[in-house]
Amino acid sequence: MRWYWIDRFLEFESGRYAKAVKSISLAEEHLHDHFTNYPIIPNSLVIEGLAQTGGLLVCEYNQFAEKVILAKIPKAVFYCEAIPGDTLTYTTTVEYIKEDGARISASSYKGDTLHAEVEIIFAHLNNSRLGTLFDPETFLRMMCLLGAFEVGHAADGSPLVPPPQLLQEADPGPPTQ
Amino acid sequence: MPTREEILDKVQNVLVEALVVEDDEVTPEATLVGDLGAESIDFLDIVFKLEKAFDIKINRGELFPEDVFTNDEYVRDGKVTEAGIAELRSRMPFADLDAFAENPVVQDFANMLTVTDMCRFIESKVEVTD
Repeated sequence: MRWYWIDRFLEFESGRYAKAVKSISLAEEHLHDHFTNYPIIPNSLVIEGLAQTGGLLVCEYNQFAEKVILAKIPKAVFYCEAIPGDTLTYTTTVEYIKEDGARISASSYKGDTLHAEVEIIFAHLNNSRLGTLFDPETFLRMMCLLGAFEVGHAADGSPLVPPPQLLQEADPGPPTQ
Repeated sequence: MPTREEILDKVQNVLVEALVVEDDEVTPEATLVGDLGAESIDFLDIVFKLEKAFDIKINRGELFPEDVFTNDEYVRDGKVTEAGIAELRSRMPFADLDAFAENPVVQDFANMLTVTDMCRFIESKVEVTD
């Protein structure tokens, strides 16, 4: 099982912003108990989806060389509920990316309605503190799966491409017979 | 060129925003960690906001020279050595290290920086008018 809380990238501009979509379905088991007969997506999972959208933006900017960890949520305001059948559009914008970490501002929209506003601080942890828990290939594979390279652009407007040295390990292609 | 009062105002605003504390908590004597509840990750945000507020560049380790505390020459048995104190004094001329130097336990260091120290740090980076 993988911990995916976005379905697909809609836009991705390296080092600047990313937009992703999350479709909420009653097939998601956790909604059966949150809450019984009143299913709404937990706000914590919306924050996780925004963190994945923004975290991959930071990862890509660093060429997947840093281990990007959600460190702090200085602000999270939710304006309404989102239920099965709703589609949430997450937009994350880079406030800054520095050596030690990064900060993004994020929003979630349900159609034209503002659903949530969240600020997220990420830390860059060095290898000695995390070992091999997160390989660069893991994040790159996630980017491929979510279509970031199909819609993404580099800072100069050219199509977004993965770092060549990581590409082969992350996406070995379809299984052979 | 800002006055000392303007620097204090801006530093207070930065800390209120970064640490989500009330204005009146950010007194000149308040310590960032002990009184205002700053955690290590907050320094990243504080540095960014200071850079933006004063249009300055703050290099890694300039405000908080954490590399000193991982250097065997400067730390022994959980305490900063005399050489370490000298290094800190040279790297942090804006901070009052006298009280820390009396019992330089590494763990206590993070709780030493005050709002006034932050203002002195900024004063060392910008031209100040009276």
